[in-house]
Amino acid sequence: MNTTTNPAAAVVAEPVVVPLTAANYKSSYKPIWCPGCGDFTVLSSVTKALSIMGVPPKDCAVVSGIGCSSRIPAYTTCYGFHGVHGRSLAAATGLKVARPDLQVLVAGGDGDGYSIGGNHFLHACRRNVDMTYLVMDNHVYGMTKGQPSPTTEPDWDSKLSPGGTGVRVFNPMVVALASGANFVARAFAGDLHGTADIIAQAMKHPGFSFVEILSPCVTFRPEQRDWRKTVHEAEAPVTDDAALAARRLMKDDGMNIGVLYAGDRAPYPASVRQPRCTVAELEAEFAL
Amino acid sequence: MSPTGDAAVPATLEAFMAQALQMELEAAQRYDEFADMMDVHNNPEVGAWFRKMALIEGKHAAHIMKQMGWSEVPAPPPGAQSRAGLDAVEGSASDDLHYLMQPWHVLQLALASEERAEAFFAQLAQRATVESVRQAALALQQEEHDHAELVRAWLQKVPQPDANWDQDPDPPRYDD
Repeated sequence: MNTTTNPAAAVVAEPVVVPLTAANYKSSYKPIWCPGCGDFTVLSSVTKALSIMGVPPKDCAVVSGIGCSSRIPAYTTCYGFHGVHGRSLAAATGLKVARPDLQVLVAGGDGDGYSIGGNHFLHACRRNVDMTYLVMDNHVYGMTKGQPSPTTEPDWDSKLSPGGTGVRVFNPMVVALASGANFVARAFAGDLHGTADIIAQAMKHPGFSFVEILSPCVTFRPEQRDWRKTVHEAEAPVTDDAALAARRLMKDDGMNIGVLYAGDRAPYPASVRQPRCTVAELEAEFAL
Repeated sequence: MSPTGDAAVPATLEAFMAQALQMELEAAQRYDEFADMMDVHNNPEVGAWFRKMALIEGKHAAHIMKQMGWSEVPAPPPGAQSRAGLDAVEGSASDDLHYLMQPWHVLQLALASEERAEAFFAQLAQRATVESVRQAALALQQEEHDHAELVRAWLQKVPQPDANWDQDPDPPRYDD
């Protein structure tokens, strides 16, 4: 028997844990958004939030639909799924249910999320699957050259909407709260650190977390550069009382930033339910 | 809003310098991102200016590392912030950019950043209760002042854009 001790083997090295930084989550692809677009800062906020959470890129998936902001998965080192228009929440729900170990972030714009994907939005809030939905809201369809979206003001006059649509705006915060989202917040793209902090809070919170991010489109809505001057921190602190949050929304000017509501509803699935019968038994009922 | 808001003043010299380092690194990263934006949008001249700014901020960061004898970037102190209101103290907002911007605009952004940083350190120096932190804040205030002066000197050497600098003969958006 060889009794020689290998001194190197005797020393069990402590694993070196290198903290992840925002740079670890940025891919080598350069974003092609217009210079000045708020989505650049949202990307930085997302990567910063991920570094705050310390989730390795392999344990996180970013799912999106279609639109300028939906390009975001390619710009991260996480797993990504650039899906079809308006269906990001459906795809993400399936992913999270199948792989509950993954941190699932869903990203998109106001057109993708509130119009084409509006119905998925309602039911994702209601279902309360543990994932985080970031909507980069610029009140316009930017990728397709400036059509009004559900959050466009009714009197926004443009070549494609002469005189404005005359249609009242969709209020995503109200809809999210009423539909059962467990975390509802608004952020501003120009506030990199504040937005990163809110996204990290949303990711930590169990259940469906919704973050509406005001993200200026400097090409089709250049007046949104002034959002920097009009956004302000919400005066009231976060509440877990949905009725109180709803009353606050009645007075909301659309420019409050901060966490409005953090509820305590158990995420889906609330409990593991055993099927009452087997597939064979079900089949037997329909046997001819 | 005050340049430091309600940010806590770091209690030790190490914590203060770690915060200052974080600001420099963030500024360098931000300028690099701006350079990428300009490169992607075929404005290489402005891209090169932003790259130059990133390099300068990186040198400031390296200087702090050397000064403190650090071989690795320390974690920023809890409660410290590197922003004044919505803006980064030293670094511009991405919505300040335009794909047709010119070197003069880059320098204007850089000047605003340096001035914000100067005001930030001046306020920290006023609020600091530890002498070594106060002295370091004053030194950094002076450095930022010097940087601002340098940028002002550069501004004299680049042409000022004409009134229609952002007119694009083939714009992405048609208004009429």
